[in-house]
Amino acid sequence: MLNGGAGAATSFDSIATTTLSTTASSMTFSSIPSTYTHLQVRVFARSGASADDFRFQLNGDTGSNYSRHGLYGTGSAVAANGVTSSGVGNLGVIDNTASVFSVAVIDILDYTNTNKYTTVRTLNGYDANGSGYAFLASTAWMNTAAVTSITLFPSGSSFQQYSSFALYGIKGA
Amino acid sequence: MAAGSTYTPLATSTLGSAAASVTFSSISSSYTDLILIFNCYNATVDGGSPFIRFNSDTTTNYSYTWLSGDGTSATSGRDTAKAQIALNAVTGWDTTSTQPGMNIVHIMNYANTTTYKTVLNRTSLANATYPGTEAIVGLWRKTPEAINTILISLTAGGTFATGTTFTLYGIAAA
Repeated sequence: MLNGGAGAATSFDSIATTTLSTTASSMTFSSIPSTYTHLQVRVFARSGASADDFRFQLNGDTGSNYSRHGLYGTGSAVAANGVTSSGVGNLGVIDNTASVFSVAVIDILDYTNTNKYTTVRTLNGYDANGSGYAFLASTAWMNTAAVTSITLFPSGSSFQQYSSFALYGIKGA
Repeated sequence: MAAGSTYTPLATSTLGSAAASVTFSSISSSYTDLILIFNCYNATVDGGSPFIRFNSDTTTNYSYTWLSGDGTSATSGRDTAKAQIALNAVTGWDTTSTQPGMNIVHIMNYANTTTYKTVLNRTSLANATYPGTEAIVGLWRKTPEAINTILISLTAGGTFATGTTFTLYGIAAA
């Protein structure tokens, strides 16, 4: 099911959606129910800055509890990066080209399991007919708490009008 | 928070004979994102690759950026002002039935009439001639309109093999 597998329609539920009517520095899904096995966030968004870093935090945790890395293509080169003990997780990049929206499919596995850290995986990118990124990102949140809120933000600017964020829950058997 | 079941199968096409293209038309605008899934091989031309096109637009309104790995090295590239979005940018499909390629294509916010459309695709080929895995981000920059038709076809004049199944799903946000 994750990232587009075919499953029964009843196992994939829409939980919440936000579409911005004006700019916003961040977007938060809060009070996330614990009744699912996995979460997926689907993003269609613009930043106010070019090729801005796309970041997140869980449960409002701003401590150095995120270990993140990425593998990406710029259209001319391939690169990888990684940061340990970071205060933010990695979701890739988000651009500011007019009418061009960056997208991301973010999977958060076993988000209510309190016996292990939480892993977040993202397929992300944008193409602007001459620039762009294809980005694979992942983050370990080094905290065993159940995820109850997710905050998304571009690191260098704000989300722009028409940016849209949708949270889905995926049930186990 | 509201909750509602989604990830709805909208249409499935299974080929009774090899075909050069498959079209989903009259797509409902009631969903937020579309997901297209197919897994097959090229019945006639080694190296031909699948591509996607929207609303019968054959002009150069498409571009795409890719990240690709073939088991030995990783590359990235881009095509601009194209007449389609490639769903395999580097690796091509061959004509071996035991070595198909798979695609999961996310067509995001497809019904909005305000912005260009962005597509995320993950493709994998485990075959011997053209091995590889790719992530591709595509843009359709026609004057914004809802996507109501999707054409999937092959470069190099290939055909999708008999029995190939293409399934289109809709995901509706709360």
